[in-house]
Amino acid sequence: MIEESLQKLEKLINSELASKIQKSIISHNEFLIEINESDLIDVVQFLKSNEKCKFRQLIDIAGVDYPEEEKRFQLVYLFLSHENNNRIKLSIRFQTDQTINSITKIFPSANWMEREVFDMYGIKFKNHPDLRRILTDYGFKGHPLRKDFPLTGFNEVRYSEKEKKVIYEPVKLEQNYRNFDFESPWEGTSYIKEIKNLKKDGKKN
Amino acid sequence: MVKKTKSLNLNFGPQHPAAHGVLRLILELDGEVVEKADPHIGLLHRGTEKLIEHKTYTQALPYFDRLDYVAPMNQEHAFALAAEKLLNVEVPIRAKYIRVIFCEIGRILSHILNVTTQALDVGALTPSLWGFEERETLMTFYERASGSRLHANYFRTGGVNQDIPLRLIDDIEKFCKSFPKIIDDLESLLTDNRIFKQRNVEIGIVTKKEALDHSFSGVMLRGSGVPWDLRRSQPYEIYKDLDFKIPIGKNGDCYDRYLCRIEEMRESVKIILQCVEKIPKGPIKSIDGKISPPNREDIKQSMEALIHHFKLFTEGYRVPKGNVYTAVEAPKGEFGVYLISDGSNKPYRCKIRAPGFSHLQAMDYLIRGHMLADVPAVLGSLDIVFGEVDR
Repeated sequence: MIEESLQKLEKLINSELASKIQKSIISHNEFLIEINESDLIDVVQFLKSNEKCKFRQLIDIAGVDYPEEEKRFQLVYLFLSHENNNRIKLSIRFQTDQTINSITKIFPSANWMEREVFDMYGIKFKNHPDLRRILTDYGFKGHPLRKDFPLTGFNEVRYSEKEKKVIYEPVKLEQNYRNFDFESPWEGTSYIKEIKNLKKDGKKN
Repeated sequence: MVKKTKSLNLNFGPQHPAAHGVLRLILELDGEVVEKADPHIGLLHRGTEKLIEHKTYTQALPYFDRLDYVAPMNQEHAFALAAEKLLNVEVPIRAKYIRVIFCEIGRILSHILNVTTQALDVGALTPSLWGFEERETLMTFYERASGSRLHANYFRTGGVNQDIPLRLIDDIEKFCKSFPKIIDDLESLLTDNRIFKQRNVEIGIVTKKEALDHSFSGVMLRGSGVPWDLRRSQPYEIYKDLDFKIPIGKNGDCYDRYLCRIEEMRESVKIILQCVEKIPKGPIKSIDGKISPPNREDIKQSMEALIHHFKLFTEGYRVPKGNVYTAVEAPKGEFGVYLISDGSNKPYRCKIRAPGFSHLQAMDYLIRGHMLADVPAVLGSLDIVFGEVDR
């Protein structure tokens, strides 16, 4: 049932937005499309207003960091359509210094979600009404969800009896954070073997 | 002569009993009328998503208890479902029933807290005293199943941690038989109460369109007349075999949302009773030995079991590459987990979609033009818990 409706949707979107869609994938009964970051506004507008799509609710915006790749950041927009009872994931990839168009004009709720992405990844949004940090402390430096940001952070706070106020200090740990590498050649279940075989076959070809 | 007035800035919170946690709300007031509200959040930010990236899947689960800490297991559920979707594991039927029972208990826990504190915010003390007694009973059910009252850490990928003790089902059934009476009592205090109505009716009205635009979900959406409940429209676990109704509001004000929550509690009781009746015997976690740890007896007897136990608690299990979004109908709305796996034993990215985040965002829109005294009433009906908003 779900798969059928997703395939229908895939057909529709591929025919209507043919030039803008780079890739469309259906896996785990979920539909993901990849587009160019410059087409974002058009595609989102289409998804919201098209009679057959009706993705009228923005569920969330998730940032992802891939430090090794040239297009380092990825944004995934999750939409929901109540009328058609389906979901869609919209993904864009871009480089570190690029600014992305804000979709707050189309979905007012994108406001805080984009602020969160800005706070966590340092991605800037064009035409955002109020791009401030949201979750981190006042005067915080750095972007915590980037992969190169250490888990322990840089500063810690404590109440200083001497100065009678809360002060900031560089993190001092009795014992450094230890990241054990438990990955082993231990064989997983059958599906992992299958994946490994697939990879081997791919290399041969 | 026109008298010049200056608007007043008021700092509401972060330590204010009616702020439901650590919310700093900066209000711009013209006399007693609110002109603008700017919520400052993040005072309870603990970097849950960052921490999860450094933990194995088993170790990541307890962080979900600490999000919406009044209904812990509903959160765990979303993460367990996400990992199961990627791994493609089958959950045994008994485990599904146990999960549903405890999720509905979570819903009652959360709604009792919300309804009674909303009443407390507008001046009624008694409901919270009555309600918290019931919460205590429910939390002992949590304790008997998982060992802890609040941070349960009970669900696992592929099932639940351990089977529920023998008499627990009977006691839950007993509770469900007596609890509707308590809801009636609460209603007798509030539903027709003149003061409660004056403070809530036609306050914080949300229209259908605005509810969609602001990404509302759960009671906030249903209160405005949108018939949408994930348990019905995108059923997970065994919800499609259960018989329950979805209460919907008409006016989209604080009072309708209160009524929705009361009705939802009654429906939850019905769901639990059906589950208690139907629950079959059988295994409570996946039989796949590469995901579920072996039991104690096997560890004493079999070398293989011992090795598996060791590997599962050090390395954990690896999850195939991919990305999934799973959502559950948590008491506060759609709670979702967007999980990206790179094929290793730790999540590459785990984005948590908290319903309260979008609800609180709309605070400015909801409160503009209302009186200062309406701020706690609206905030109460939003059902905000800072654990999940700040993450």
